[in-house]
Amino acid sequence: MGAVVGTLTLQTKQRQPTRDKLDDELEMTMVCHRPEGLEQLEAQTNFTKQELQVLYRGFKNECPSGVVNEETFKHIYAQFFPHGDASTYAHYLFNSFDTRNDGSIKFEDFVMGLSTLLRGTVREKLEWTFHLYDINSDGFISKEEMTEIVRAIYDMMGKYTYPALKGDVPKQHVNAFFEKMDRNKDGVVTLEEFVLACQEDENMMRSMQLFENVM
Amino acid sequence: AAGVATWLPFARAAAVGWLPLATKIMPKPPVEKKSRNDEILFVNVSGLRFQTWKNTLDRYPDTLLGSSEKEFFFNEDTQEYFFDRDPEMFRHILNFYRTGKLHYPRQECIQAFDEELAFYGIVPDIIGDCCMEEYRDRKKENQERLAEDTEAENATDAPLPPDSTRRERLWRAFENPHTSTMALVFYYVTGFFIAVSVIANVVETVPCRPIKGSKKELPCGEKYSLAFFCMDTACVLIFTFEYLMRLFAAPSRCKFMRSVMSVIDVVAIMPYYIGLVMPENEDVSGAFVTLRVFRVFRIFKFSRHSQGLRILGYTLKSCASELGFLLFSLTMAIIIFATVMFYAEKGTKGTNFTSIPASFWYTIVTMTTLGIRLSKKGTTNAFLHYKEEGGFQLRENETEREMKRDSIHSFTNAADGDGALFLKNRSSFEHQHHHLLHCLEKTTNHEFTDELTFSEMCMTESIGYRTSRSTSISSQQGMSTSCCPRRAKRRAIRLANSTVSVSRGSVQELDTLQVQKPFRPQSRSSLNARTEDLKLNCDDRDFTAAIISIPTPPANTPDESLAPSPAFHSILRNSRSGSFTHETVKISSL
Repeated sequence: MGAVVGTLTLQTKQRQPTRDKLDDELEMTMVCHRPEGLEQLEAQTNFTKQELQVLYRGFKNECPSGVVNEETFKHIYAQFFPHGDASTYAHYLFNSFDTRNDGSIKFEDFVMGLSTLLRGTVREKLEWTFHLYDINSDGFISKEEMTEIVRAIYDMMGKYTYPALKGDVPKQHVNAFFEKMDRNKDGVVTLEEFVLACQEDENMMRSMQLFENVM
Repeated sequence: AAGVATWLPFARAAAVGWLPLATKIMPKPPVEKKSRNDEILFVNVSGLRFQTWKNTLDRYPDTLLGSSEKEFFFNEDTQEYFFDRDPEMFRHILNFYRTGKLHYPRQECIQAFDEELAFYGIVPDIIGDCCMEEYRDRKKENQERLAEDTEAENATDAPLPPDSTRRERLWRAFENPHTSTMALVFYYVTGFFIAVSVIANVVETVPCRPIKGSKKELPCGEKYSLAFFCMDTACVLIFTFEYLMRLFAAPSRCKFMRSVMSVIDVVAIMPYYIGLVMPENEDVSGAFVTLRVFRVFRIFKFSRHSQGLRILGYTLKSCASELGFLLFSLTMAIIIFATVMFYAEKGTKGTNFTSIPASFWYTIVTMTTLGIRLSKKGTTNAFLHYKEEGGFQLRENETEREMKRDSIHSFTNAADGDGALFLKNRSSFEHQHHHLLHCLEKTTNHEFTDELTFSEMCMTESIGYRTSRSTSISSQQGMSTSCCPRRAKRRAIRLANSTVSVSRGSVQELDTLQVQKPFRPQSRSSLNARTEDLKLNCDDRDFTAAIISIPTPPANTPDESLAPSPAFHSILRNSRSGSFTHETVKISSL
């Protein structure tokens, strides 16, 4: 009886992909995604074969089905930030990795994202960051979007911070950001404005390089 | 966890997204001293070679294999890590690194598993949920067994240090009888006396041949009462002596007095002393009889002599909570079903289930699969009668014994020894008798009642009482006359709407009808016994009180009260025969 119900729900899932966790799990257990060949990935990314192998081994160990859905992603990410609530930020992060917008990250997405972040050019990194901030992918970062992102990041801090979060610190942060980024003061930040402003910020450039040796 | 470790680089990379928002420079990342190229490690465990990625082992850096501690086991010649441990167990350990879950192999000994975990630096708490329960159970079991073993070790027969006091030696002699001959002798003597006491308790209830000059059979306890008393005294003296000796020798007297064995000892000897102290008071003697039942607890004194009995006790103790729960759930079920039965039968007339506690009885008997038959008519009479027939032969024997004890009756020729036959005869006879009575009731449109319920009715003047029937005062005087005394009593019974004093007077007359004082309790109880007897074929109806006033009771009663037993019978018989003709029966429905 359970199997019948399971298969029925599965079929409906295939027709209408919902974000239901159970359905996702069912789908994941039924579907096993295999990435493209190693050579192809090597060509598409900036990783070596060994690096890809290590990455894949870890990925496969965690997700035997070959895909990560948002819940799992949030859960994993939350483990890194036990003090606060990382779910909102993880959501935006997930969306930025999920280039196909199908609700799951496959190994290719994973590796491509990592490749950009760790081995990509500065411009690529900045573009990636812009896409992260641009929640609705309309090419502009509005104040509201930025506020969302900033709030999400502050959420990860948790309640107990020193000094204590007083007033609307995220708002102030966003205002400072827009001061810096929005050159023409039209209330939104375009990609070009963003890239220009970041390249002028020396601290940021230096920090970006630090992250290249993560792998 | 391993998963988190895998994703850490990813999380770090994603931190790039914070950079534009940062107002300060990011701190430097930690520099890796050696390259993080992954390599395959060889682990040789007692000849079984395992291979795994270094990363796998590095997932848990606070264990032996994940930390640098494993370098101590590195064999340069063979370029492998060699561990001289159980290879079978290592398989599970390694799987823990690979999958992140530690499983407990059921076929392995719990202690061996624990030792391996301790060696490899893995805390047992991380055993996965799938195996945790099994692990915990086995561990608890093991610990209990170890505790028992150590206890048994402590109670060895090792020789005492030479400078032990007399008290200590005495205690040891009591606890381990094999240590000295004296102790052994004492052990067997007490055992013997326990057996003697128990056997005496049993034998004294066996019927012996009657004393000369009397036809009645006595239980041996009464016949040889002096002998039994002496034996009982001797046993109690021995037990008391033993108890006092143990109390003296015990290292911790409070603890000793609280222990189960000493409580059993006390309970075994208490009835005797209480019996000595108790005056020969009638009212209290009933309680005293109950107390004598406690003499049977002497049999539990055997548990000092039998290891098996003690183990049984421990078993019960260890599953006490489960037994308690069983009892609780049975109680719940009883209450539920009794309530259901009560409400289901509430509307029915003359039902047995007069109240919920009354339904308890039915429920318990049914649930324990004893089973009782309820007559279709379902009056209390029938119910109680069948109840008696169904399984309460004990009751029958009680009444039988009472009848035997009565020195007046002479009509119980039917009761000459064979209990079973007697029973059967009684039953069939009873059936016929009841049929007769029932016919009478039908004829007169009244029903029989007994003294007790009647006086209740008089006092309360309530209508439509449902009473239990019984009647005969001289029930011990044989079946044939059972109706007559009732008849006589009925004659003495007056209407409820007469004055209470009159009814009291009738009660007094009833009293006088009972020839001897000692009869009263017996007769009452026999009345009650008869209550059960006369339940057959009674209709299911609320009977209106059968209270009749008969013109000539006073005339009869003095005669009855004066007459000795045989005469009693004749008078009663006469009165019975006369009852149909001479009495005017006034029917009054209350």
